[in-house]
Amino acid sequence: MQRSFIAKNPSVLIFLACLALFTLMVTIFSEGFGVGMISTSFVKTLGKTLCLCLIAVAMDLIWGFTGILSLGHFAFFGLGGYMIGMWLMYERTRLIVVESLSQTEIPPTRSEIVDAIGNQIFGVVGANEFPLIWAFADSLFLQLVLVVLVPGLLALVFGWLAFRSRVTGVYLSILTQAMTLALALYLFQNDSGLRGNNGLSGLQNLPGVDASQDVVSLWFLWASAVALGLGYLLAAWVVSGKFGSVIRGIRDNEARVRFLGYSVETYKLMIFTLTACIAAIAGALYYPQAGIINPAEIAPIASIYLAVWVAIGGRGRLYGAVIGAAFVSLLSTWFTGGQAPNIPLGFYTIKWVDWWLVLLGLSFVAVTLFAPKGMGGLVDYWTQRRSPNRHGANLGPNDGAMREQEASK
Amino acid sequence: MLRLFLAGLAILLSCVMATAQEGAIQPLLQEHQAVIAKSSRKTIGPAIDAIANSGLPQAQVVLETWAAKSMWMRKSDGLLFAGEKAEDKSYHLTDFDTGEVVGTFPKKELKQLKPNSGIRAMIGTALVQFQLLDSDRAKRQDALTSIQRDPEAALLAPLRASIKPEPDADLKAQKRRLERLLTIGYDEDTAARIAAIGEMSGDLGVDVRATLNPLVATTRNIAPGTVPNGVNIAVILVPGEDSFSDAEAYDLLVAKGFAPARVTADEMRHRLAENIEGGKVGGVPVVQLDEEEARARAYAALAEAGKVPSFVTSAEIHSALTSYVFYETYAEPSAKVTTAAQSALDKIALKVGVNQTLDLTLDALSLASIYFLAAIGLAITFGVMGVINMAHGEFIMMGAYTGYVVQQFIPDHTVSIIVAIPLAFAVTFAAGVAMERLVIRWLYARPLETLLATFGISIALQQLAKNIFGTQARPLTAPGWLDGAWMMNDVVSISYIRIAIFILALIFLGVFLFIMKRTRLGLETRAVTQNPRMAASMGINPGRVNMLTFGLGSGIAGIAGVAIGLFAKVTSELGNDYIVQSFMTVVVGGVGNIWGTLAGAAMIGFLQKGIEWLNPSNTLAAQTYMIVFIIIFIQFRPRGIIALKGRAAGD
Amino acid sequence: MSTLLEVSGVSVTFDGFRAINNLSFQIGEAELRAVIGPNGAGKTTFMDIVTGKTRPDEGRVIWGEKSVSLLKMSEAKIAQAGIGRKFQKPTVFEDQTVQENLLMALKKPRGWLPVLSYRAKPEDLDKVAELATEIGLVDELTRKSGELSHGQKQWLEIGMLLAQEPRLLLVDEPAAGMTPQEREHTTDLLLEAAKTRAVVVVEHDMEFVRRLNCKVTVLHEGSVLAEGSLDHVTSNQEVIDVYLGR
Repeated sequence: MQRSFIAKNPSVLIFLACLALFTLMVTIFSEGFGVGMISTSFVKTLGKTLCLCLIAVAMDLIWGFTGILSLGHFAFFGLGGYMIGMWLMYERTRLIVVESLSQTEIPPTRSEIVDAIGNQIFGVVGANEFPLIWAFADSLFLQLVLVVLVPGLLALVFGWLAFRSRVTGVYLSILTQAMTLALALYLFQNDSGLRGNNGLSGLQNLPGVDASQDVVSLWFLWASAVALGLGYLLAAWVVSGKFGSVIRGIRDNEARVRFLGYSVETYKLMIFTLTACIAAIAGALYYPQAGIINPAEIAPIASIYLAVWVAIGGRGRLYGAVIGAAFVSLLSTWFTGGQAPNIPLGFYTIKWVDWWLVLLGLSFVAVTLFAPKGMGGLVDYWTQRRSPNRHGANLGPNDGAMREQEASK
Repeated sequence: MLRLFLAGLAILLSCVMATAQEGAIQPLLQEHQAVIAKSSRKTIGPAIDAIANSGLPQAQVVLETWAAKSMWMRKSDGLLFAGEKAEDKSYHLTDFDTGEVVGTFPKKELKQLKPNSGIRAMIGTALVQFQLLDSDRAKRQDALTSIQRDPEAALLAPLRASIKPEPDADLKAQKRRLERLLTIGYDEDTAARIAAIGEMSGDLGVDVRATLNPLVATTRNIAPGTVPNGVNIAVILVPGEDSFSDAEAYDLLVAKGFAPARVTADEMRHRLAENIEGGKVGGVPVVQLDEEEARARAYAALAEAGKVPSFVTSAEIHSALTSYVFYETYAEPSAKVTTAAQSALDKIALKVGVNQTLDLTLDALSLASIYFLAAIGLAITFGVMGVINMAHGEFIMMGAYTGYVVQQFIPDHTVSIIVAIPLAFAVTFAAGVAMERLVIRWLYARPLETLLATFGISIALQQLAKNIFGTQARPLTAPGWLDGAWMMNDVVSISYIRIAIFILALIFLGVFLFIMKRTRLGLETRAVTQNPRMAASMGINPGRVNMLTFGLGSGIAGIAGVAIGLFAKVTSELGNDYIVQSFMTVVVGGVGNIWGTLAGAAMIGFLQKGIEWLNPSNTLAAQTYMIVFIIIFIQFRPRGIIALKGRAAGD
Repeated sequence: MSTLLEVSGVSVTFDGFRAINNLSFQIGEAELRAVIGPNGAGKTTFMDIVTGKTRPDEGRVIWGEKSVSLLKMSEAKIAQAGIGRKFQKPTVFEDQTVQENLLMALKKPRGWLPVLSYRAKPEDLDKVAELATEIGLVDELTRKSGELSHGQKQWLEIGMLLAQEPRLLLVDEPAAGMTPQEREHTTDLLLEAAKTRAVVVVEHDMEFVRRLNCKVTVLHEGSVLAEGSLDHVTSNQEVIDVYLGR
């Protein structure tokens, strides 16, 4: 019975191998490496996709394993992006400002530089002073700490409030959605200190790095791949042990877990905060590749898409989340990027730029209704795992409990 | 010699005419002819006054003609006439006194008097006293309006004189009111002003505040040593206290020329840059000048050498501040008047505050009814049935677009709204039934999956609307009789459209209560919701009941969409803007209880308006804080304001 | 015999309906007690109160030799204090194996940090195997518990309770829906358990109660109607009236 963690979870090893292979292939065929079969912009798309896969893993932990349909994880993702974006923007502006001020006869003082940076960054929202939240923006290390700390604290406070009052099921979903909306609306204001709806931009330029985007995009791809690998490993480790048993118990029947003596609220809070931190790290890697972040990214709809990816991939299995996120987001890029061929019907031409969302919405309904296992079900078909026949009964009384068709014998 | 003769002749002539025709105005005009011809704003005053105060009946015609640029001077004798264009660049001239045409003259023999706008305004003021007594009511009204627009001391007397003969009651009241306001502003008798202030102190009109505010307006002044006598001092300012900082005080001294300006950081930099000598400034190497301290040192060295103005030290600032006294004075010299005005303003402010609260309450009530409208459909589908429908907002949108499409076919707005309401109900009812049959009924025990599936429908519907109607906003125009607002006074007003929505919300509440409590469907719905198996065994078809109930909730959303479309822009994102608030309304109010929804809508509406009132510049922040408040509120009442208690609610 | 749990003067009202009315109840260590009563007598609500699911409007619930009040404690804390509960319907974690179910119930630190770093040691697995043998599920250890039969689930739940090593066991209708053989096995399990701890069994079935052969408390309309041996209470006129109707 005493086997190693990897031996008990062969899928982890397969996943890591696939990820490594993928990263290697992309690197070899990239422009930065010389072959140039994959354009730099596509390398960025792939790097961003890896980040989306990472947040999907976090979403699967919280929804697939703990049964909490959080519609707020993109808020943490965005916050992570904002935190790293602050440093990127500050440092880059600082370099530009120092460069331009060095032309003057008198060398600039510290406060003159800071004022000039403030002017550059906040001129667009009609301010020139640094708000308090930028206090650490000049330090990469502190901003990196904040990437985890700020979303983590928000998750901790919000989760503590929500779980303590025993809000569950759809109510909790709506509450998380409200939190996301509140955060987005707050950031939309000009005096939020994060440049209102302009957001932070120019994040693709690493300050002090002369390498071309061809190479930088590869660095980020590698970083994203490493983060995804580690995140996956962490998630797999968390769910494999007794902790995993407890959170799956919470998903299916939280009252029973409570009567076993486990403090359900604490467990929920921990997993909520942990996944928020993972989401934040994913965001901090995503936005430097995207180049720009603004409050629209945080809108509740983004978090719902996240749930859609996980559901399409198959919730309750980590690789399902990764497959779902990669598949849907890449497909979405393909369709909305105008690459998909239009379908002429004679009287009307279906332009996928316009119709992709309709297709996505409807296919999502179809997956929920007819294939609750999502794309992960294909794996089961291959490994001949079958669902139990429970006459339509779920595996527990909770809203988030496994459905008969989702479970395996 | 000739000129002298001519002048003498003119005087003689005028004397002759004056004797020949009693009360002629031409002599008066001739008396001021030079000034009138010069047409300068600075000197024209006495001439206009003389004409206006001549007491002659022709004066009004003269002034009006003059203002209309139709007064001409005959170059030959300098007499003034009213001119009217004839053929061939010639003009008919009419005598002011006789009213007869004295002849037609070519333009080159005449000079047109073109008063500039400043003078025309002065003439206008002078004319007011005539217009105030004009027989035409409209003209009198115009005169009053013009006085209101720019009141003047000179207008007080004619206005007073015109009150008594005024036949029209409404105008009379207006004149009285205006007279009081002018008295406050311009009467020479202080007692009369104070009395007038006292009389108007309860009035909410903006004009009253506009009259009183300049009286209490203050300016900051400085005097060396002690406060001078004979000025109406509002407050003596002590630098460094309250809202009057030392820096502010010193800046004031600088502005008034009492003290030398401080050297700003920017200026210092300039001066330093100007004085670079061989890589050094004042003995300090330039490369070191990235420190404040080094800069100060270099500057001090330059100042010592006399190359730049020296620093103002803080000791100097301090001594300058102590040797002057700072105070604020009223522009109005009478202390009694300013005191009375201040107390009147305070009284008005209190009253305005009360009325603003009332206005805010009305606003909040209207916002609450909008939220209630948006949420009532959800109160049925989510509250009663427990089905979470993320596409609810899109049903609202569909209702609004239905209204828009109907207006494309029926141009009459009243008729189109009457047609649109049942049509919107039908459209969204059908959509709701279809959705229930195709999707929701397979997911009844799975609320989270329902949430996601209906969300899929929501994005599909939104994109569909975009594809059909485009991304720009479509107008849904309200009928004309809903335009405008009900004004209770200068502070409180509410638009008719909001009243209509309030009434609609009340009707919906009634309909909901009727359906749920008095109809078979309501009874069956409640039965199916509480215990579907029991209901089924009693011969109720739960499928049919669920379908109809869901359709009903959706249909109501459609009607709400028409109402919301009347005041909001109809776009594909219309529903998005309401969906979270709608769910909040239902959740905060307490699921499964229409009164809870009402209470929730009221709470959210009032809360949002309240927060907006605290921070009026920022509605985004208001929404943020409101949501945060709701999240905290749910801590204390997880089941909403009106909660169902007991085991039924728990499990 | 010292008192383990003392409930005194407890009342609960749901929307005006008085589910528990001035109820007082005591049980000592290592005692087996059956609670019977007609529908709506307040048996389940009584358990809800003891386990912290429902907060009473008034009254006291005192636990253990240190006489701590359970009213201020959360469900999890009460469970950690040593009160185990078995629900009417068998509730096991159906998506997890029998072994996982039992491991989760095993008496170990319940905090999230120790649980996160917990890896089953050989002696834990031995303990689980031993328990599984006791409840007759040793061959099903690696099966998902959702696949077990109704009776097996009931035993698994009892096994989980035993794994918790509680000092007081609250058992709600353990015999419902069982075959006669399964009942017998269940009876043995309960009798065995009651040797080392207090066990309260709520049951409808008089035959089953008779087989337990213990003190019986009769609840009616939220308060205790009679207490004593089964023969004693069944001869009580009031109890007969309540059960058979007047």
